[in-house]
Amino acid sequence: MRGIVKVVEKATGFFNNLLSMKQVDPECKVHPLPSTLPATLFSDTLMPMDHIVTVERLSKSYGAVKAVDDISFGIAEGSCFGLLGPNGAGKTTTIEIMEGITAPSGGRVLFRGQPLGADFKGKVGIQFQTTALPEFITVKETLELFSAFYNRPRPMEEVIRLCSLEDILTRDNQKLSGGQRQRMLLALAIIPKPELVFLDEPTTGLDPQARRNFWELIGRIKAERTTVLLTTHYMDEAQILCDRVAIMDKGKILEIDTPDALLAKHFEGVLIHLPYDGCCADSLAGFEGLVMSENSIELQTNTLDTSLKQLLAAHVNLEGLSIHKPNLEDLFIKLTGSSLRV
Amino acid sequence: MIIRQFKAMFKARTMEFVRDRGTFFWNLLFPLFLVFGIAFAFSGGEEKLYKIGTIGSANSELSILAMDQMQVILYGDAATALQKLERHQVDMVIDFEAGQYAINHQSNKGRLLRDLFVAQQAATVRIPGDAPAPAFAERTVSGLAARYIDWLVPGVIGMNMMFSSLFGVGYVLVRYRKNGVLKRFKATPVKALNFVSAQAASRLIIVLLTSVFVFVGSNFFLRFMMRGNYLTLLLLTTLGILCMIALGLVFAARLRSEELAGGLLNLITFPMLALSGVFFSLEGSPPILQTIAGLFPLTHFIAAARQVMLDGAGLLTIAPHLAYLAGFTAVCMLLSAALFKWE
Repeated sequence: MRGIVKVVEKATGFFNNLLSMKQVDPECKVHPLPSTLPATLFSDTLMPMDHIVTVERLSKSYGAVKAVDDISFGIAEGSCFGLLGPNGAGKTTTIEIMEGITAPSGGRVLFRGQPLGADFKGKVGIQFQTTALPEFITVKETLELFSAFYNRPRPMEEVIRLCSLEDILTRDNQKLSGGQRQRMLLALAIIPKPELVFLDEPTTGLDPQARRNFWELIGRIKAERTTVLLTTHYMDEAQILCDRVAIMDKGKILEIDTPDALLAKHFEGVLIHLPYDGCCADSLAGFEGLVMSENSIELQTNTLDTSLKQLLAAHVNLEGLSIHKPNLEDLFIKLTGSSLRV
Repeated sequence: MIIRQFKAMFKARTMEFVRDRGTFFWNLLFPLFLVFGIAFAFSGGEEKLYKIGTIGSANSELSILAMDQMQVILYGDAATALQKLERHQVDMVIDFEAGQYAINHQSNKGRLLRDLFVAQQAATVRIPGDAPAPAFAERTVSGLAARYIDWLVPGVIGMNMMFSSLFGVGYVLVRYRKNGVLKRFKATPVKALNFVSAQAASRLIIVLLTSVFVFVGSNFFLRFMMRGNYLTLLLLTTLGILCMIALGLVFAARLRSEELAGGLLNLITFPMLALSGVFFSLEGSPPILQTIAGLFPLTHFIAAARQVMLDGAGLLTIAPHLAYLAGFTAVCMLLSAALFKWE
């Protein structure tokens, strides 16, 4: 009998090994870092002690396409970090490599200074951009199912309260609305009482009301000092939720800092926005800080009063004029030279 | 921990199946309808010929063997012939070597043939000087007739088992992979082997219960033949289902497209349906077909189930079939474990 048990144990071990080879192990893919790195390379990310997760020279290619191109950054424990960019910028690829779901082509991810180990999945919570749930089971049953996967799951009542699921507990997964579904997926992500939560475009496709409700839930998780990594292409979302943001485009990080610092670095004063009908191009040529596109004019100024007088003097039609404080959206346009390709 | 994960996933998958009412009732009622439909279709049409089995060199002088209505089948040994007689597959056996004739006393046709045979023997006019007319002693056997439906039930259970296991595991896992359910599980500490085992176990119980339901349900109305041991049949069925699930897992190991998975599953289910003897026996078909059929696990399940149900065969008799099913299961399990990918 004991012999049989041993054989079974061996066979199970063999299966597990066989299967675990399929799991992503970024360690296997490490490209050794050159011993003499330029000092500026990790100027932002030189692995301070409080970084819960660090990304080093990460890249991922799909054939000739470089989805992620040699990026590095770190996330401070207890903070909310935003990865911003339009569709196709490489946000999801980056986050999925960090989650250990996708193997990188180069570089590595460190969690608390160590490569992602076997216990990593028990310590993080993940909300994918698109996920289907098992059908014909209710929200509560799904929570029970996922709770069984973890050693010390968060008490069910706490999960329900944090994600405001009280009203939909007995509802079939298939019958959830967009906002309810995202709340449910967030609940699954926080069941393990994670040290780090990955949220990949959690509010894409939600109506403004549902988005705001969702921000409140993220606020509750942040209040627990859980580290949050959020990707989004909504700049207002990042501005409200994130302590630091990285702006990504075409696989590269263009800027990385706190939203305020980034705005202060790139903008002064306010932005004047005008619809452009093609007239007076010559008289506008002399304006400083003016960006013209096909059908709009944007003017950045410290002296609003003077600028408006100048525009009037130049006989520019002020119909449709708007003035606002620069936000991340403006920064993005400035950095990439294009509007968000949402 | 692993047990807790397993139980949770087993429960979720089983609830998913049971609550999907359409699929549930289709799985349960379709095979039952099939059995009843076929039973109805074949309820008429008895064959008109009488069948007489003979052993040893047939004496063509026997008038009964020369009659147009008789089909004479020569058997090599008495045991085989008598077994056929017990199942009403022949109506009378004449053993020239032992000087015996045998009938099944539960068969009207048999008793009629006996009366005819005895009368003919008595009435035969002998030319003086010839050898005396051979004398035959009577022997009777008993046994109920094996109808087509008795023969069919193991086939239908096997067929239902095949579809339910292959599609219930293969197709569902591919759908899970395509719509991201598997990816979500991958993001938890659950091991692939544990996940797949829970799916397989859930399906095993579902198909086993369905098979029992079909068996009991059709037996309630049709009273078909069950000569063997119920535990033997249960063991055989469990192994048969495991084998089909393992085969399904090979397909489910990494396919992402439901259409492709469906196509490939049809590619193997239809030849099995045609060649594994679900509806008709392949006895007498070209050897190449029989060789191919011998590779299919369904062939082995159905053959063994018929041996148990119709012949009362024990574990030892069906051991070769059990061994084939077990081997096939092991190979498929290893293959699917080696090939499996969450995404």
